[in-house]
Amino acid sequence: MRVLLTLVIVAALAIGAGLFITRPKADGADVLAGLTPDPAHGEIVFTASGCASCHMAEGATGEAKLVLSGGQAFPSDFGTFHAPNISQSESAGIGGWTDLDLWNALHHGTSPEGEHYYPVLPYGAYIHMTPQDVVDLHAYMVTLPADETPSLPHDVGFPFSIRASLGGWKMLFLNDDWVMQGDLTSELERGRELVEAMGHCAECHTPRNALGGLKTGADWLSGAPNPAGRGSFPDLVTLDWSADEIAEYLSSGFTPEFDSAGGHMALVVENFAALAPEDRAAVAAYIKALPIQ
Amino acid sequence: MRLRHTVFIGLAAASLASAPLVAQENLAPAVKARHAQMNLYAFNLGTLGAMAQDKMDYDAEAATAAAGNIVKLSSLNAMAMWAPGTAAGEAEGSRALPAIWENSDDVIAKTVALNEAAVAMEAAAGEGLDSLKAAFGPLGGACGDCHKSYREPE
Repeated sequence: MRVLLTLVIVAALAIGAGLFITRPKADGADVLAGLTPDPAHGEIVFTASGCASCHMAEGATGEAKLVLSGGQAFPSDFGTFHAPNISQSESAGIGGWTDLDLWNALHHGTSPEGEHYYPVLPYGAYIHMTPQDVVDLHAYMVTLPADETPSLPHDVGFPFSIRASLGGWKMLFLNDDWVMQGDLTSELERGRELVEAMGHCAECHTPRNALGGLKTGADWLSGAPNPAGRGSFPDLVTLDWSADEIAEYLSSGFTPEFDSAGGHMALVVENFAALAPEDRAAVAAYIKALPIQ
Repeated sequence: MRLRHTVFIGLAAASLASAPLVAQENLAPAVKARHAQMNLYAFNLGTLGAMAQDKMDYDAEAATAAAGNIVKLSSLNAMAMWAPGTAAGEAEGSRALPAIWENSDDVIAKTVALNEAAVAMEAAAGEGLDSLKAAFGPLGGACGDCHKSYREPE
């Protein structure tokens, strides 16, 4: 009896310690202190990060892309996730969020209520955003419309339905080291920011391990199966397009053979087409600098 | 010997340029026909695109001819080419999402939009390079609108 009691206490302590170690992290206000928001730059961050591509209603075009009512489904090996409403509605969306709430969501994957977000929100990429980027992004997002469409629940099976388990995932896979290291030109640094941080290209173009963590090194951006079904996302390491051809694709959607982008990549192209030509050239330079050594 | 070699390389290049990894000759006729139509789009867009991207000297006659071909391609009655049972997962080599057969009104609307963009390009293509460039974006957008909703990743 005494042995059993001891075991139960030890197990409870171990679980408690595990939960404590992997608890959702959040920063205090000092991390954003003294920053002046620039909504014009925030719009660039918003576009480059592809926020609308996932959080707009399915199939929205034009101005409707800025109504971030959510609802698109993202099937995966772990279940089907639904993009939530992140419009400025205080009840249905994130209209009540401070810039610090947005920072903690994007940098730590932690909600204002102190829960883990699923990494379908690509905070593994957004963790590289600077405090200034997030403050600017927040200042831009508050100018967008409110929409009252309720968010749909995720359809995720046990054990992934237990959000506390995501703390372990974060401990294994979430870190703010850049994948492309070394002494980079300013163009490559900008390319790295657009590819690894905002554009979150690796989320589709990099293969994952059994726990859903992105592989790095030579596997980085080497193509991956489509988690939503058949087919795969192309290998960018062996892509034999010139830098100009990559930049052109990100502008017009045309490949060098005049096929045109489809699926979510067509949305990515719409985003990159709205950025400066120098930004598309920077992404192309980054792709041409692959593989990661 | 040399001729055979050249023909072989030509065929290899052609198969690479169309549907990668899948031998065209084994595909269902409807799927093959769709690929053929898409390749004809790509070939004619290639002429317009090379001019729009300043990789080829502007040639009003060649541009107008290419645009005219795209108008014709986008007005084919393609019903038989989109036979039921030839979606991705149903027919080898097909990347056509089943949603095509569930949203025929939208598919038709997007086809009409492509045809209108092509007609606009045919009118613009002979009127100078700037005019061609202005019409090229909407034409590419019309291609992308259908691929965005209805084509599976490779």
